[in-house]
Amino acid sequence: MERSLTLIALFAALIAALGLIPKFTLGFGVPITAQTLGVMLCGTVLGARRGGLAVLLFIALVALGLPLLAGGRGGLGVFATPSTGFLIGWPVGAFVCGLIMERSRRLPVAWAAGIASVLGGIVVIYVFGIAGLMRALDKSALESLGLVTAFIPGDLIKAVLAGLITAGLARARPASLLSRG
Amino acid sequence: MISLTSPVETRAHGWPAGAKLAALCAATVVLFATKALLWHGVFLALTLGLYALPGALFLRTGIVRLRPLWIFAAVILLWHLVTADLRAGLVIVMRMMTAVALANLVTMTTRLSDMMGVVRWLLTPFRAFGLRTDLVELAMALVIRFTPVLADKGRMLALAWRARAVRRLGWRIITPFAVLAIDDAEHVADALRARGGL
Repeated sequence: MERSLTLIALFAALIAALGLIPKFTLGFGVPITAQTLGVMLCGTVLGARRGGLAVLLFIALVALGLPLLAGGRGGLGVFATPSTGFLIGWPVGAFVCGLIMERSRRLPVAWAAGIASVLGGIVVIYVFGIAGLMRALDKSALESLGLVTAFIPGDLIKAVLAGLITAGLARARPASLLSRG
Repeated sequence: MISLTSPVETRAHGWPAGAKLAALCAATVVLFATKALLWHGVFLALTLGLYALPGALFLRTGIVRLRPLWIFAAVILLWHLVTADLRAGLVIVMRMMTAVALANLVTMTTRLSDMMGVVRWLLTPFRAFGLRTDLVELAMALVIRFTPVLADKGRMLALAWRARAVRRLGWRIITPFAVLAIDDAEHVADALRARGGL
C-alpha cells in the first residue's frame, strides 16, 4: 500500500522532473523532450493500474495550475489548446502500456517494454491527440494526422529507449518492476 | 514550488473556485457552439478586456502565456489561405485563443489551495465506492515536494555526465535517474510504514 502510493507519486514527479532537466540530444543532434518517455516508463515499470494512476496524478496537478509540463507550461489553458488530446491520452496510454507489459511475461523485458510503448505510448496517445485536433481545428482525421506525422519518428525512438531503459531498471531494481511482479 | 497563479492580487482571487470553473465550462460550450466570425471577435475583445482590468502587468503576463499558440495559429491560417476559406480559419484561431485565455484566467486568479478544495469536493462522492481521498491528497503533496528534489538530482547527474564524458548528454542518463526515483519511493514508503502506515 505505502509502496504503491509512493511509487505512483515519485513516477509522477519523475515525469515532471524529466521536463525540468536540461534537454538531451540523440546521436544525430535531434533534441527531444523526455516527458512522453516518462509516460511510457510509468506503464512499463509500474504496470497498468499504478502507471495509469501516476500519469493521471501528474495531469491533475498540471490542471490545478502547476507549471509541470516541459517549458514550464501548465494550468487549465493547456486543456483548451488544440494539442490537449495528446495530454488526455497520456494516462490511457500508460495504462495500455502497463497492460501489454503484464500480459507479455514470456517476452524479454526490453522487447515487451518496447512493443508496449509503441502500442500504448504512441498508437493510443495519437488516437486521443488526433481526436482533439479534429475537434479544435475542424479538420478530418487524415488532415489532423498529417499535422503530427513529423513527431512520429521521434516517438518511435522514444519507444525503443523506453524498452532499453526498462530492461536496465529490471536489472538494477528487479523488485520494483511492479509490471512483472 | 512555483505555481501559475498571478502575483497581482485581483478581485477574482476571492471568488469561489468552483464558480469560476463552472463559468469557464459554460463559456467554452458557448465558444464551440458559435460559428459567426463577428461574435468571436467580440468574445476575444471581451476576454482581453478582462485581462486589462487588473492592470498592465497582468495583461502582459496573460499575453506571454498565449505565446505557445502562435504555431497553431500560423498553420491554420496558412491552411485556410490555401483552401481559400480564410473566414473559417479566423474563427478557429480566435476561438482557440479565447478558450485558452479564459482557462488561463481561471488559473491565474485561483490559488493552488482553492483548486485542491474543488478536487476534494469533486472526489467526495467516490468515498462511497471506497476511494481514500486522503491518500489522493497525500500523493499530490508528495509529487509537489519531490519534483524539485528529483529535478536537483537530475541536474547533479547531468553535471557528473559532463565532467566525465566528451559527448553531449544522452538518453543513458534516464536509467540512473529513474533508479533514483525508485529508491526515493522505497525510502518514503519505509518512512510512512515506520510512522504507522496508511
